[in-house]
Amino acid sequence: MSEIAEKKLRMAAIRKKRHRAETRFRLFGMAAVSVGLIFLAVLFAVVLFSGLSAFKQTVIHLDIPVEASGDNYQAMVKLSLRNAFQDVTSRRHKRELYALVSSGAAYQLKDRVQAAPVLRGTMVSIWVTASADVDMAIKGETPRLTDRQLAWVDDLKTKERLKTQFNWRFFTGGDSREPELAGIAVATLGSLFSVFVCLALSFPLGVLTAVYLEEFAPRTRWTDFIEVNINNLAAVPSIVFGLLGLAVFLNAFGLPRSAPLVGGMVLALMTLPTIIITGRAALKAVPPSIREAALAVGASPLQAVFHHVLPLAMPGVLTGTIIGTARALGETAPLLMIGMVAFVVDLPETILSPATALPVQVFLWADSPERGFEERTIAAILILLLFTCLMNLTAVLLRKKYEIRW
Amino acid sequence: MPASAMENTQPKVHILDSAKPAAKMTIEHLTVFYGDKPALHDVNLKIGSNRVTALIGPSGCGKSTFIRCLNRMNDVIPGCRIEGRVKLDDEDVYAPGQDVVNLRTRIGMVFQKPNPFPKSIYDNVAYGPKIHGMCETKEERDAIVLRSLDRAGLLDEVRDRLRAPGTSLSGGQQQRLCIARAIAVEPDVILMDEPCSALDPIATARIEELITELKEHYTIVIVTHSMQQAARLSQKTAYFHLGRLVEEGDTETVFADPQDERTRDYVMGRIG
Amino acid sequence: MGVLIACSTVAVLTTIGIVLSLVFESLQFFRMVPVTDFLFGIHWSPQMAIRADQVGASGGFGAIPLLAGTFLISAIALTVSGPVGLYSAIYIAEYASPRFRAVVKPLLEVLAGIPTVVYGFFAALFVAPLLRAGGESIGLAVSSESALAAGLVMGVMTIPFVSSIADDAITAVPNALKEGALGVGATRSEMIRQVVLPAALPGIAGGMLLATSRVIGETMIVVMAAGLTANLTLNPLEAVTTVTVQIVTLLTGDQEFDSAKTLSAFALGLLLFIVTLILNVIALRIVKTYREQYE
Repeated sequence: MSEIAEKKLRMAAIRKKRHRAETRFRLFGMAAVSVGLIFLAVLFAVVLFSGLSAFKQTVIHLDIPVEASGDNYQAMVKLSLRNAFQDVTSRRHKRELYALVSSGAAYQLKDRVQAAPVLRGTMVSIWVTASADVDMAIKGETPRLTDRQLAWVDDLKTKERLKTQFNWRFFTGGDSREPELAGIAVATLGSLFSVFVCLALSFPLGVLTAVYLEEFAPRTRWTDFIEVNINNLAAVPSIVFGLLGLAVFLNAFGLPRSAPLVGGMVLALMTLPTIIITGRAALKAVPPSIREAALAVGASPLQAVFHHVLPLAMPGVLTGTIIGTARALGETAPLLMIGMVAFVVDLPETILSPATALPVQVFLWADSPERGFEERTIAAILILLLFTCLMNLTAVLLRKKYEIRW
Repeated sequence: MPASAMENTQPKVHILDSAKPAAKMTIEHLTVFYGDKPALHDVNLKIGSNRVTALIGPSGCGKSTFIRCLNRMNDVIPGCRIEGRVKLDDEDVYAPGQDVVNLRTRIGMVFQKPNPFPKSIYDNVAYGPKIHGMCETKEERDAIVLRSLDRAGLLDEVRDRLRAPGTSLSGGQQQRLCIARAIAVEPDVILMDEPCSALDPIATARIEELITELKEHYTIVIVTHSMQQAARLSQKTAYFHLGRLVEEGDTETVFADPQDERTRDYVMGRIG
Repeated sequence: MGVLIACSTVAVLTTIGIVLSLVFESLQFFRMVPVTDFLFGIHWSPQMAIRADQVGASGGFGAIPLLAGTFLISAIALTVSGPVGLYSAIYIAEYASPRFRAVVKPLLEVLAGIPTVVYGFFAALFVAPLLRAGGESIGLAVSSESALAAGLVMGVMTIPFVSSIADDAITAVPNALKEGALGVGATRSEMIRQVVLPAALPGIAGGMLLATSRVIGETMIVVMAAGLTANLTLNPLEAVTTVTVQIVTLLTGDQEFDSAKTLSAFALGLLLFIVTLILNVIALRIVKTYREQYE
């Protein structure tokens, strides 16, 4: 009898241990989930915290005497600065003074004067872009300005000749060596062009392939081979696609380097497997009764699929396409291979003009040592994340809305 | 079905013979919801010790829900809510401090489809005793495994291949392996949820034979969709209909002279 | 119908294109540098080969340090994403309430949707300095381009990948098995560890192989956060370089197509393609047979 009691006691003790192990296991699970969530939170916090400031830009108000003739706008800007601070005489101090405004100020003045030639020979009152160092100082970064420069900045501020305004240039400008002049327009357009090419190629190709494999293809060794192929392509490293683009599209076909067309083609090849695989899953989910009903009223097999089955599978196909496109939008490595990593100032006009892409721009700026570029890098990331998150969200909503249980 | 019959929730209870055994489990006013949908309504039942109690009724009547409440397997289902009381001996199964793990060592379960773990025959049976720490030495464990297999009537068939995977057995053997696995932890009660529904008639006969033997040692509750099986195996039968316990009593009486109209329809084969 | 068939061959053509372009350029490279030197050499310094006075390029094209670097960073990444992804999947599949699951699962998927260049930036600008400062405070010299920083961030990147595959594998284990374990009085963690995981193991293993192939081929994080100089070491605190980093450095900027330096990138690409292909084929086969087993 006591033996049984002893055993019961022992089992109770073991049970206590087991429950502790259970709690521990559960905590591990929670900790693991937290790792991902915390990283996500930190990432978004950092991006929002240090990226948003790039949407503001410091500008300085100058009264610039524009000469009646002559185009040395740089000199005019400098003169106006000297006028504003007349006690500056030594050459070194002058250089420090000129460093307050961006080298782009002269172009701003030039644009203004060329748009309205009547301004020649008058005093032009204009807000010009401040240099990155001033901008950073105003935004609270540890200033890289001399004490003298800081005093000038304070002076300008008290005279209300210095303010921050919305940074339009960031959205309309191309790349620049000066952080305060650099913008994401070239990269955004390049991305749009590439993604457009990518979609135009991969969507029809992907959908038709999915239809063929799922609806018509006889099960032969050839179709099996195609299937294995597609599954493998989906897992090939993206940089290998870049090598393909470099060797085939650039060197063999002689397409131009840095062109969104080539970028889009490479991205299309990468997106294709995703669209095919999700497309097939969507087609498979359509019940055979729909097909049979269409065939029964005399539709040809092709008509049955394209009029009846494919429309029903479309939400699923679109979801896969959007997810694939979002991934293509964020893809960087293959674009580096085909020369979309370049210093491009002018907006691309066609899909053959040189351009960069948003993620490539992030990569380029991230490499620049200037503090001003860090802020812009994060802002570009913000835009990139906005796009990809929006697309993924659309995909999720689409899937939710059309989630049909047959 | 007349509406008045539906309202009648009180089961008709037959007067039992004087040799009434002590109740092993007592169920009082058991009501179960899945989310907002009620699945069982106010069930009262006593389950006698060392006998077979059969739960019958048309599919969807709540008999499976009921049997899963007895060892709290319903805890697994999200949104499942339980009212009322289930007692094992004098202990409340749903008491706040109740240790489900311990409870399930006392109330074992055999499922509809044979579900041996993807382990060896030996490990399948040894699994329970091992996790509960019921055996300290390998000899003790061997003894438990052999005894359980023997009781489940499987030992002679598998004695020389205890290391073979449990899934290599035939369906009927697998189900007996699952029974061996359940009795290895020495439960008081064994719940069986349609244990023969996935088996052929010969394997079914073998299991039925086994159940009759097992009732010497255990209290058995069995859900079955076969009235013949209930008649052959059980001493007591409870008939469930649309989430209510309609009638319960001695098996012979329930089948020979059902009091409730719905029970009569069912045992005569008019519904079900 | 002909159009349909033509479309379906594009995928095959892509593979052929990849193989042909890689093999063609690699063959040219191996005419200049022997295959054995490439595969077994322990010295990687391709810059030296473009100097005119350099006779041949022998000694400068040993891929071993790159493979070691790739291996080191991948190992760190998988050490993070393996357990974290698996435990996340377990928690979400077996413990979390439906509400929690509905919120957290898409959030983890967001992690998978973030472009890798963003991870790279994060690794280079936040994680690496943090590790460096942390190392300094306990007297450890951590390189600013340490393998650890790149590996950790890459690990976080692959968490959702591992967890979604593990989730599929775990939910594919039949409920009957889980109930069988609970029925003999197993706790939930015992059920998961002793019954669910062994049954889901092939699926999880396949998933881990796919994750490995992905980590090996990952480019942007290592380009931005790992080093450029080949360094044969297994110390995670030092800077190492990887196959993908070298491909990018060799091929960005101007290039002549006959130099061994440029061509070596294609040889590296071929190596990368072969390794990942083998991993993918094995992984896909495992996952497929596993899926069929429970269907």
